[in-house]
Amino acid sequence: MNDLPALVVALPLLGSVAVLLAGLVRPRTGWPITVATAVTQVVAVGALATGAFGDEPIRYVVGGFTAPFGIELVVDGLSASMALLVAVVSLGVLAYARTAGPRSNPFYATYLLLVGGLTGMSITGDVFNMYVFLEITGLTAYALVASGEGGRSALAALKYLLVGTVGASLFLLGIGYAYVATGTLNMVDLSAQLAEVGYTDPLVQAAFGLLVVGLFVKVAVFPVHTWQPTAYAGAPDSVSAFISALVSTVAAYALIRIVFTVFTVDFLAANGVARTVLVAAAVVSIVVGSVLAVTQTEIKRMLAYSSVSQFGLVLAAIAVANTTALTGAAIHLVGHAIMKGGLFLTSGLVATETGARSIDGYDGLAERLPAGAGAFGVLALAMVGVPPAVGFVGKWYVALGAVRAEAWPLALVIFASTLLTLAYFARIVERMYFREAPEPAASVESADAETDATTAVVTDGNGPTDDETAASAPRVSLGMRATVVGAAVLAIVLGVAAVQYGQLLEPTIERLLS
Amino acid sequence: MIDLLADRLYYVVAFLLLGVGTYTLIGSSNVVKKVIGMNVFQTGIFLFFITSAFVTGASPPLLTAPAPHVSPLPHVLILTAIVVGVSLTAVALGLVVRVYEEYGTLNEEAIRRVSHDE
Repeated sequence: MNDLPALVVALPLLGSVAVLLAGLVRPRTGWPITVATAVTQVVAVGALATGAFGDEPIRYVVGGFTAPFGIELVVDGLSASMALLVAVVSLGVLAYARTAGPRSNPFYATYLLLVGGLTGMSITGDVFNMYVFLEITGLTAYALVASGEGGRSALAALKYLLVGTVGASLFLLGIGYAYVATGTLNMVDLSAQLAEVGYTDPLVQAAFGLLVVGLFVKVAVFPVHTWQPTAYAGAPDSVSAFISALVSTVAAYALIRIVFTVFTVDFLAANGVARTVLVAAAVVSIVVGSVLAVTQTEIKRMLAYSSVSQFGLVLAAIAVANTTALTGAAIHLVGHAIMKGGLFLTSGLVATETGARSIDGYDGLAERLPAGAGAFGVLALAMVGVPPAVGFVGKWYVALGAVRAEAWPLALVIFASTLLTLAYFARIVERMYFREAPEPAASVESADAETDATTAVVTDGNGPTDDETAASAPRVSLGMRATVVGAAVLAIVLGVAAVQYGQLLEPTIERLLS
Repeated sequence: MIDLLADRLYYVVAFLLLGVGTYTLIGSSNVVKKVIGMNVFQTGIFLFFITSAFVTGASPPLLTAPAPHVSPLPHVLILTAIVVGVSLTAVALGLVVRVYEEYGTLNEEAIRRVSHDE
C-alpha cells in the first residue's frame, strides 16, 4: 500500500463522480455512496497516519517525476492530523446531514470534492499544487454555501467567492514571486533556494507578504474576515458546521506550512517586520473578533466572529514560533474544528427543534431541550478553555509558548482572550440554565422573526415526500443527536488525550522549526 | 526610473490590470461588474506569471530549437490557473443568476434594501 498518499486524495474525487453517475440510474443512492467513501477515507487516512508521526515524513512522488521537478506528496505528523481531522469531521457531519441538510446528489458530490480538496491541501508538498487544491476547496465551499434556500445563501456565497478569489489570487501572485526568485515550486527545495537568494531580498519579502496575506483572507483574519459571518450565517446548518470546522482550519495549516516549511524561522528572524505583522494581526483578530461576537444576536453570526478570534490565537502561535506554541497551535486547530463544528451542529439542532436562531430564543433551553442545551453548554465551556476540555490545552500551550518566548504583550492578550470568549458564551449558558422559558404566547412574537428557521432546514431537491412532513413538524433524527453529543464527548476526550498527542507531534514540530 | 519601467513594460501592464480589477471589484455596485473585475484581476496575475518566463532572444521550449529556451513551466501552471479561473467565473455567474431570480436586481444597494425589507 505504498500508494496510500495518492489514494486518500483520489478516493473522495472518485466517490464524487460515483455519486453523480449512480444518481443518473437511481436517484436516492447519494447518501450511501458518500458514507461508504467517507468511511473508507477514514480507514485509509488512519492507516496512512500510523506511519506519519515518526522522524521522517512519508514522501510520495506523483507520476514518477522526482522531487524538485514533479509534484510531491509529503505526510508528516501535522499533515496526517489534518487529513484525519478532515476525514472524521466529514463523516460526522454526514450523519447529521442525513436528515438535516441538503440531500440532493449534487450536494453529496460537492461535499466529497471538498473533502478531496482539503485532504490534498493537507498533504501536498508543492506550492502550486497547494494553490490548485486551495481553489478546489474554495469553489466547492462557495457551491455548498449556496446550497441553502432563498437569496440569502446565494448572496453570501457570491460575496464569499469574490473575496476568496482575491485571496487565492494573491496567493498565486506570491507563488509567482517565489518562482521568479528561485525557479522552483517544491516546498523543501524552495526553502533551500530561498535561503540562498537571501531572506532580505525584496522579491522574497514580497513573496512572503503575498502568500501570507492571501492565506489571511482564507483563514479570515480580522480586516479580511468579512466574508465569514455572512457565509456561515447564510449556509445551511450542516454546511456551516462543515466549513467552519475545516476550511479555515486547513487554510491555517497551509499558513503554518508556508511560514515554517517554505520560509523557515530564519526568515522570521531576519525580517522583524514580518513577525510584527503576524503579531499585530493575531492581537487585532483576537480582540476585535471577540468584541464583534459579543455584539451579535444571531447565534451563527456570533459563532463565526468567535472563529475570527480563535484563529487569531493560532496566528499568535505562528508568530511566537517555538515548539510549545506550535504544539498548541496544532492542538487548537484540531480542537477548534471539533468544538466549532459541534457548536454549529448544536445550533442547527436547537433551531430545528425550537426554531430559535437568535440568543433570545435560548431562554430556558435546558428545560425544553436538555440534550441540546447540555451539548451546547459543554462545547461553549470547552471553547472558553475550561479544563479538561481540548480548548484549554490548546490555549495553555500557546500561552505557555508566548511566555517562554517572553512575548509579554502577546501572552497578556492570549489570557485576555479567555475572558473575552467567556463574555460571549457565558450569556448564552446563563440564558439556557438560569432563565424561564418564554410563555407560548410570547414565543409567537419571537418566532415571527425567525420564520426562515424552518425553511433553512428544508433545503432538499430530490426527496419528494419529505418536504411536507418537514414543514409541518421539525424533525430531529437520531443521527443529528448522536453527532452533537459525540462532538461534545470528543471535545472532552481530546482534551484528556491532548498532552500525549502533543508528544506524538514533537518530532514533526522540531523538524518544522529546524 | 522611466527606463526601468520601459524595460519592464509587461509588469507595468500586469499591475495596471491588477489595479483596474481591484477597483472594479470594490467600486462597482453591479454584481456582474464585480465578476468582471475579478476576471481582470486574475488576468493581471496570469500575465505577470507568463512574462516571468520570458527570456529575450530565446526560442520556444522545444528540444529541436537552439539553446536559450523560454521556461515552459509558468505556461503550464497558468494553463491550470486559467481553468480554475473559468470554473470560478462559471460558479460566480451561476450565483449571479440565483441572486437575480431571488431579488430581481443586480444592483448591490437595491439588493440590500430588498433584503432589509424582508
